[in-house]
Amino acid sequence: MAEGSRDAKSYWRENIRALVVLLSIWFAVSFGLGILLVEPLNAFSLGGFPLGFWFAQQGAIYVFVALIFVYARWMDRVDRRFDLD
Amino acid sequence: MGIQSWTYLIVGLTFALYIGIAIWSRVRSTSEFYVAGQGIPAIANGMATGADWMSAASFISMAGLISFMGYTGTIYLMGWTGGYVLLALLLAPYLRKYGKYTVPEFVGDRYYSQLARVVAVGCAIFVSFTYVAGQMRGVGIVFSRFLEVPVDAGVLIGMALVFLYATLGGMRGITYTQVAQYIVLIVAYLIPAVAISMALTGNPIPQLGFGSTVASGPNAGIYLLETIDQIHRDLGFPEYTAAFVAGKKSMIDVFAITLALMAGTAGLPHVLIRFYTVRSARAARWSVMWALVFIGLLYTTAPAVATFARVNMVQTLHGAAYDEAPEWFLSWEKTGLIRFEDKDGDGVITYAPDDATNELHVDRDIMVLANPEIAGLPAWVVALVAAGGLAAALSTAAGLLLVISASISHDLFKSIFTPGMSERRELILARISAGAAVLVAGYFGVNPPGFVAQVVAYAFGLAASSFFPILVLGVFSKRASREGAIAGMLTGILFTGAYIVYFRTFRPEAGASDWLFGISPEGIGTVGMLLNFAVTLVVSRLTPPPPAEVQQLIEDIRLPHKS
Repeated sequence: MAEGSRDAKSYWRENIRALVVLLSIWFAVSFGLGILLVEPLNAFSLGGFPLGFWFAQQGAIYVFVALIFVYARWMDRVDRRFDLD
Repeated sequence: MGIQSWTYLIVGLTFALYIGIAIWSRVRSTSEFYVAGQGIPAIANGMATGADWMSAASFISMAGLISFMGYTGTIYLMGWTGGYVLLALLLAPYLRKYGKYTVPEFVGDRYYSQLARVVAVGCAIFVSFTYVAGQMRGVGIVFSRFLEVPVDAGVLIGMALVFLYATLGGMRGITYTQVAQYIVLIVAYLIPAVAISMALTGNPIPQLGFGSTVASGPNAGIYLLETIDQIHRDLGFPEYTAAFVAGKKSMIDVFAITLALMAGTAGLPHVLIRFYTVRSARAARWSVMWALVFIGLLYTTAPAVATFARVNMVQTLHGAAYDEAPEWFLSWEKTGLIRFEDKDGDGVITYAPDDATNELHVDRDIMVLANPEIAGLPAWVVALVAAGGLAAALSTAAGLLLVISASISHDLFKSIFTPGMSERRELILARISAGAAVLVAGYFGVNPPGFVAQVVAYAFGLAASSFFPILVLGVFSKRASREGAIAGMLTGILFTGAYIVYFRTFRPEAGASDWLFGISPEGIGTVGMLLNFAVTLVVSRLTPPPPAEVQQLIEDIRLPHKS
């Protein structure tokens, strides 16, 4: 594919879309649930964990791994669609 | 066999393994030396990144730190893992597609400026040296505690080993030794954690164990975290799981420090360079995922270890008669890492938040190092922990030394001082610089300058406020110009550096009310980073856009096909 072509532009738009979705979740879980909302969330519990504490010390890390997994899968598919891999 | 013989055996075996890998993977070209020929499989690179990233501090100190901080320990847990999301989404695939050898090289090409490249080289060398000195010191300390050789001799042994495999094998040798080192360190971390989780809660998985109930004793059937909160209330400490209460960091400070550590992680050259070594941009994305899986294994275990250690320590020591203190207490007392001071003369250990009545001083490092002994595990587990600590320190040191070596031979000599140099000569020069860097690092390990410990803690803030914004904008903004990037980098690093120096050197007694928006020097990199983004964007608007060939370079790195 020629750089600067229409395909290159729509490939990049697709990439940006993935970034916006996934980075919003990244922010909401780590800074939202793990820090900004940790006190109200601690009123709930997950087994023996106060919920906010669990997000801050466990849950956020699991979500980070999942986000990168989803991104890698997502872009693999986009690469195939644009015949880039 | 005693602890010491086991330690000699296990450490000796792991060292023989690292040397064997070094000889097997020695390299012949600069491409192999700098980026391992760009042929490392994604999973192997993920493991290598795990070892590269997790330093002596992650392995030895982090669980202990969290143990004293409770909830606030999340600044390290999220801060040192969340950056990998930024790395995977915003940097790694594009830097891999760019396809050359170093981070300053990318900065120089993207911002069409040798000045920008030189500034980046300066930052990379400064950050790497301060970091590596701490690792060499860590090697010396592990040697002295477990093998009873002097700290300096330990540093020399570590230097000789890194010298051998870094100069012989370059990036390829380092990568495969790091894979082996990851396995050693993770096994060494998990075995004691599983055993303690089992003993305390009956659940063998530490990540679940610290949310389970206590298995036996007076608190049997009560959740472990409730038990620790209750213990804290009884002794007058703020609750372990509570956030932002008196005696802990404020919300805005936790927020700022976490963000600075995340962006700093994504901007550290020795981490970024690992993603130059895989086959393609696609492999770079998967490789970051594997890296975080391997790192996450230790990082989700650490807060569990922190909780177990806290409960164990307080329950066995507080209120116990000194004469009847457990054996591990007496053996670690000799190292000075744990101290009892009988202030009220009753022979009983009192642990309390305020200095007047507290009689127990515990160094944070003891939590991981003494854990197997506290839990009564066999001698070979103690030896394994020593080998794990060494693996963590050596692997990080090697990765940093390669950044220094490549910065000198490739970014300074090849591009600026002697541009016509042949590949053969560049490879010799790269080996010499790696060797020289080991010597300098070893010197700092033996004679640690006072500033090292302080600067390492701030290296992240400096990386977040200097590198991270211009790397991201380098990919995502075609408008970001040379003038914008240089102005942005300087603003970010000068603001952050000045704030840190001002509060550390001139007003060390200052507290939250004196800080800008209540953000401590540890977290100020977040503000520096925002300033950098703003200045780069504004100055870029006011100056001419990048030339056509740079626009083309940006178009090119955005598409992942093989070059």
